[in-house]
Amino acid sequence: MSYREQYEMVCGVETHVEMATKTKIFCGCSTEFGQGQNTQVCPGCLGLPGTLPVLNREAVNLAIKAGLALNCKIAEFTKFDRKNYFYPDLSKNYQTSQFDRPICENGWLEINVAGEKKRIGITRAHMEEDAGKLVHSGETITTSNSSGVDYNRAGMPLLEIVSEPDMRTVDEVVAYLEGLIQVMEYAGISDCKLEQGSVRFDINVSLRKRGSKEFGTRTETKNLNSFSSVRRCLEYEIERQAELLESGEEVIQETRTWDEGKGVTLSLRSKEDAPDYRYFPEPNLPPILIDKEWVEKIKATMPELPMAKRERLESLGLSEYDAVVLTATKAMGDYFDQALEKFDDAKTLANWMMGDLSALLKTNLCSFADSPVAPQQLATLLTLIQKGNISGKIAKTVLEEIYNTGKNPEIIIKEKGLAQISDECQLEKIVLEVISSNPKSVSDYQAGKKNAIGFLVGQVMKATKGQANPGLVNKLLKERLSKE
Amino acid sequence: MKTINKSLDGLHSMLVNKEISCTELTKAFIKQMHCCEPRIQAFLATSEDTALMRAAEVDKKIANNESIGPLEGLPAGLKDNICMQGIPTTCGSHMLESFISLYDATVTKRLKDAGAIVLGKLNLDEFAMGSTTESSAFHPTYNPWDLERVPGGSSGGSAAAVSACEVAYSLGSDTGGSIRQPASFCGVVGLKPTYGRVSRYGVVAVASSLDQVGILSKTVRDNAQVLNAIAGYDPQDSTSITANIPDYTQFLENNVKGLKIGVPKEFFSQELTTDKAEVINKALETLEQLGAEIEECSLPHMKYAMAAYYIIAMAEASSELACFDGVRYGHRAEANDMIEMFKNTRAEGFGQEVKRRIMLGTYVLSSGHYEDYYLKAQKVRTLIKEDFNQVFSKYDALLGPTNPQTAPKIGESSDPLAVYLEDIFTIPANLAGLPALSIPAGFVQGLPFGMQLIGKHFDEGLLYRIAYTFEQNTDHHHQVPVLLREVN
Ligand SMILES: [Zn+2]
Repeated sequence: MSYREQYEMVCGVETHVEMATKTKIFCGCSTEFGQGQNTQVCPGCLGLPGTLPVLNREAVNLAIKAGLALNCKIAEFTKFDRKNYFYPDLSKNYQTSQFDRPICENGWLEINVAGEKKRIGITRAHMEEDAGKLVHSGETITTSNSSGVDYNRAGMPLLEIVSEPDMRTVDEVVAYLEGLIQVMEYAGISDCKLEQGSVRFDINVSLRKRGSKEFGTRTETKNLNSFSSVRRCLEYEIERQAELLESGEEVIQETRTWDEGKGVTLSLRSKEDAPDYRYFPEPNLPPILIDKEWVEKIKATMPELPMAKRERLESLGLSEYDAVVLTATKAMGDYFDQALEKFDDAKTLANWMMGDLSALLKTNLCSFADSPVAPQQLATLLTLIQKGNISGKIAKTVLEEIYNTGKNPEIIIKEKGLAQISDECQLEKIVLEVISSNPKSVSDYQAGKKNAIGFLVGQVMKATKGQANPGLVNKLLKERLSKE
Repeated sequence: MKTINKSLDGLHSMLVNKEISCTELTKAFIKQMHCCEPRIQAFLATSEDTALMRAAEVDKKIANNESIGPLEGLPAGLKDNICMQGIPTTCGSHMLESFISLYDATVTKRLKDAGAIVLGKLNLDEFAMGSTTESSAFHPTYNPWDLERVPGGSSGGSAAAVSACEVAYSLGSDTGGSIRQPASFCGVVGLKPTYGRVSRYGVVAVASSLDQVGILSKTVRDNAQVLNAIAGYDPQDSTSITANIPDYTQFLENNVKGLKIGVPKEFFSQELTTDKAEVINKALETLEQLGAEIEECSLPHMKYAMAAYYIIAMAEASSELACFDGVRYGHRAEANDMIEMFKNTRAEGFGQEVKRRIMLGTYVLSSGHYEDYYLKAQKVRTLIKEDFNQVFSKYDALLGPTNPQTAPKIGESSDPLAVYLEDIFTIPANLAGLPALSIPAGFVQGLPFGMQLIGKHFDEGLLYRIAYTFEQNTDHHHQVPVLLREVN
């Protein structure tokens, strides 16, 4: 687009991550996904008169962990505040959130777009409760005759992570979101199931003339829940704002909503109509004091994060590309490490995981998280190749067989008689037969056409159904042919 | 009447000595209630059937020679903002007219566990907002000492019911004086415990940082016995305190020798007329004669307390009462859309005083005003706490009038500001979270007038000791309201 050369995008994202606690943030209700409507509720999360919030310490632990994973400063003093607004999905008509003293501040996340590394600033991350869900009788709230509310989600623990407006391209935004989710998943903050709505994004975007230091007027598009929506929404919004600016109009500071079906953003409310949330400290929850000891305790439980893991994989001799692919999901990364414990050739392991196994999983719409081939089984299979027990080609067949039956590779090889023939006497016999029945190739070889040996090896392999040890066959053929 | 107009100990020993069965005793209280209610109207709902069922269970225990606790089988009343499963909790509001709580408040549960028999729910100003119980959406309550007068508020029903002997004791809530002031007007003992001493779980909040559940009783000893039952940490209330609970009756010693009692001069401002000041001065003399050291002191920031209190209380109330929107429970108005439903529901469901406070509270929290009002009020609150820290480094307790007035006549309190001023002496203890106790100090023109003791955090025991000593050496608490003389 021609606009692209003239304007630079400035984008910051607010990400709501549902934290993986067993119970809600202020009551004992279960956080399990997909249960019957209003089955995970109690007087507390229904906002019945007289109820009081009790903070789930696990949510605080996860928030601290998330902060550490994002290189944030963890507040020594943090508190909850009430954000007051009326909406039926909010059972008390205020949301218990954090206003001026969030639990995490001033962090960063490193992203890598086409080999260029960049740090995206994290302004803050704070804890809050989720709202319930409106269930409309029709398509939308305005076209419905009636609406019900499902409060199962009300009180689920959320972490709102606010980035600095540091992103300049759509790719950077997507890389940030992918990176963020990767870190949340690795650190065990959230299961990050986007399709279940456990992560939601609010995108703040503005344009400015290239070279300009000032920010333009921004819009905020709320509640996106997939990378592809974010990408499409950003592209639409950039286009829309650029057209406005080009035609001499102004971008209005407003909240917009993304219509996935039509692929457009629509105005929700202008800045003037923005509700005054009348924040004030939640009197029913004492402030939380977080000492060094608490932070250290959480730090000690921190697993290896994607960036560190990529560095480690590279130090094992893998390429940056391999490291990026292998750490893309925590499941794949964990798979790699588990297999590596039993099989120490990182490069071969990486190739098999990224090649044959990935292809196999993909065809079957499966992932590393629930791969029928266990990491130990893959490691055993690769060890068998390394030891010369089977050829690489046979191994592919065995891998498929493991996938289909779950049997261990040794058993499959034994049952199917797939073991490599490394017995010299046995092979000698076949080699002699091949030599005697292929005089043309033999004479070619002896006449100096050294390539001819390839055909002869192939014949031996064919005769042994691929089970002959190719190295040994080569050696035996050469010995024989030089004697004749 | 004579049977039931006794202390908790007196009633308890009658049961234990089998002078009366629990069923008979319960019936006697129910009879008293039926006699008084047409004129007092302290109750909003009664639970006579369950009460008698509970009484029969207690009788079975007594018949089996099982021991019973000090509150077991004795009738109590709950202010109608304290939830009890299965019966209405209206908060004196049309908004919750049809609302039945799904669960017991912690204090309700603790009373039940102690074997108490709850006779019913008691009237209050709508959502505990008021000082006369006239803002109840259902009916006013009348003062047993003078049926033309209010019982005070907002725990007016709780005070009147105890005063009229309809229950042995009652629970109320105190946000700015709502237990102490009606206790003063009705000639009973009223304690607002230290913030955090008694769980607020299940008590409908109007200002969470100020609310505290407390006890209205005929005597100091009764009060201490009930506090024993309801005080203590509750994991469901994060502001409740884990500290150990002493047996409060062990503080009831007839001795104030050497105790230093400070008398804040700010409590003797122009709001307090001479005849009332005299009652308090006489009480001070009595305590001095009994060996207490009485000295004037000062709470310099008290003049800002009322403004700060109302800002904080209304700010919190505007948020606490947001949940009443017609979506999940309570009143729901007819409407064409969601916003209209919110508006109509709240317009129809809330009374005038509640609306006034919600609007003022919303205003002081709104952007541009927050710093000028709410934040400033919080700063004043800190200063008042510091004032108390200062005086408590020198004195064991503070003493003054509970409130500036004796009970006004029904309908007399029409100016909201004048009504707010009624809380001027009680508010500081709420702002600082301190325990405060009102006990009968004497009479002004035949109407009871209370004095207030304010103590250090968690020092309820010492307040009980001073109050008990005063009670043992005076006879104000033996006086009986006119009404009781009439009904018998
Ligand atoms: Zn719940």
